[in-house]
Amino acid sequence: MLQSTAINTNGNATGVAEGTKQGTTGQAEKMDTNGMSPETGTSSQEQSANSVINIKGLSLTFETNDGPVHALSDIDLTINQGDFVSFIGPSGCGKTTLLRAVADLEQPTGGELWVNGVSAQQARLNRDYGYVFQAPALYPWRTIAGNISLPLEVMGIPKSERQDRIARNMELVNLSGFDKKYPWQLSGGMQQRASIARALSFDPELLLMDEPFGALDEIVRDHLNEQLLRLWDKTDKTVLFVTHSIPEAVFLSSKIVVMSPRPGRIYDVIDCNLPRDRGLDIREAPEFLEIAHRVREGLKEGHSYDD
Amino acid sequence: MTTDALISPGVTGGQGLWSRLMSGKTGPVLVIVMAIIAIWYFSAVMLNSPFQKEIYKRNSVEWTTSQLISDTLSQERPVLPAPDQVVVELYKTTILKKVTSKRSLVYHSWITLSTTLLGFIIGTVLGILLAVGIVHNRSLDKSLMPWIISSQTIPILAIAPMIIVVLNAIGIQGILPKAFIATYLSFFPITVGIVKGLRSPEVIHLDLMRTYNASNWDLFWKLRWPSSVPYLFTGMKVAIATSLVGAIVGELPTGAVEGLGARLLAGSYYGQTIQIWSALIAAALLAAGLVSLVGISNKVVLKKMGMAQ
Ligand SMILES: Nc1ncnc2c1ncn2[C@@H]1O[C@H](COP(=O)(O)OP(=O)(O)O)[C@@H](O)[C@H]1O
Ligand SMILES: [Mg+2]
Repeated sequence: MLQSTAINTNGNATGVAEGTKQGTTGQAEKMDTNGMSPETGTSSQEQSANSVINIKGLSLTFETNDGPVHALSDIDLTINQGDFVSFIGPSGCGKTTLLRAVADLEQPTGGELWVNGVSAQQARLNRDYGYVFQAPALYPWRTIAGNISLPLEVMGIPKSERQDRIARNMELVNLSGFDKKYPWQLSGGMQQRASIARALSFDPELLLMDEPFGALDEIVRDHLNEQLLRLWDKTDKTVLFVTHSIPEAVFLSSKIVVMSPRPGRIYDVIDCNLPRDRGLDIREAPEFLEIAHRVREGLKEGHSYDD
Repeated sequence: MTTDALISPGVTGGQGLWSRLMSGKTGPVLVIVMAIIAIWYFSAVMLNSPFQKEIYKRNSVEWTTSQLISDTLSQERPVLPAPDQVVVELYKTTILKKVTSKRSLVYHSWITLSTTLLGFIIGTVLGILLAVGIVHNRSLDKSLMPWIISSQTIPILAIAPMIIVVLNAIGIQGILPKAFIATYLSFFPITVGIVKGLRSPEVIHLDLMRTYNASNWDLFWKLRWPSSVPYLFTGMKVAIATSLVGAIVGELPTGAVEGLGARLLAGSYYGQTIQIWSALIAAALLAAGLVSLVGISNKVVLKKMGMAQ
């Protein structure tokens, strides 16, 4: 109840009623109050001009048999075009849930969430983002090339262009020559790289990546970190990136969101403006270590009350 | 104890040979087959001897045990024919007869086989269509499923004559009524299998399609259908066998003169037990052949799909 009041005040400030947004209880209240303040509509649109993700007072509670689980509570966050935002925090602090909410795979129970200025649902319908799951999630009856081709087929891209894009993205993740292999013939790390190539294949402006490199060994991870950084630098994509690794977060990000569990909330947001053309050796530079230190402190304080 | 006597050569042949034989797949199967044959001979002697003793008595013949055994195993209309009698009958009615002859078991097997296959194909298509409807439409799920399940609780022997008579009345004759009975039995395992298969994709695979805003068409053809292929084959293995049962049952009420069912029926009219048993063996061989054919195509298809490891 304490949460829902917070949502309402938040909703009053900048809420926009939109038909496509699914009417959970929190949003229904929001839309009622919205009618009384017509000027709020413009403020949200101004924000959406350069911001890709707008989150205000977002909460998400799972109703389970053991009672409600507050996976996300009162999240406020704005992510701009071209940001690389890492989410770091202990297991169960809601990182995956937040990413899934942005992807319209989970329905928030309160607050607001805008993606590219429209609802998360509309953004999904517009195919605005590419999602890399924690597991590779390759289809076992498709070859690696076939798996990368899947979104392209669904989105109706012609065959000749498909082949082009498959080859390009397989090269990007160092999988050239494995196109005819089936998933079970590849190591877990290679499968995960294939799933990254699949998400990149249709060239989405927004990338949502849930611990994509979690299962990879150090060397492959370093390599892919560099590749991803270069890709981001070149293309001005917006990336939301969940990780457990502090060096990875600091190396990749323009912004680091430190989260804390039970209920899942944002503990700290750290700006991290290392030079864009950085290489892996920056990990020894003092400014890198300083940011890493702040992240580590945030993580420690964020969940000092258990483990 | 007859079994012991029969398999003992294997045992005395040396422990090494015995354990080597039993560790493979053929060894245990061979032992079972031999045990069955031994029990079969033993039962044939037991079941046929009362009649044989009757004959001895009537003709006042002195008999020895070995005489009795050899006579019980060579009666013309035994209660239980001996395996070798059935083998000889099978040989006579397959190899020695032209396949077009009404007395050829190959001819009758072909009649039953064609009914089985037609019924199986219709059953598979029907089973798939029903399953697709059930998975995509909640009200179909609620309304169809109870009917489908209760259809299988009715004994097929009870409704087979009605199906034949009704279809005959509206002018459908020949292979189709029999095939429909085969269909009646074979669509069910297909429907159950495919329903399960279409619902089998993992959440993460469904989520992936959701992120692409995939159409239901793509969702079906690119995810649900490929996921259900292994389930389809499991269903087909059962369906081909039940289809054969349906085809044989379908031949009974027509007073048919063709097919393994007709052979069974005619055999029982005239007390031709050897003919009954050879028809039974032919049906069993047909079933085994069909099931393993489905099994082989299962392997081939899964391998083609890259799912066989
Ligand atoms: N579908 C669900 N049903 C119930 N509880 C869930 C569900 N998904 C996640 N949770 C719970 O929500 C919390 C946050 O989970 P998650 O977002 O996966 O955390 P993280 O990714 O940071 O490890 C956890 O306590 C988890 O158990
Ligand atoms: Mg997670």
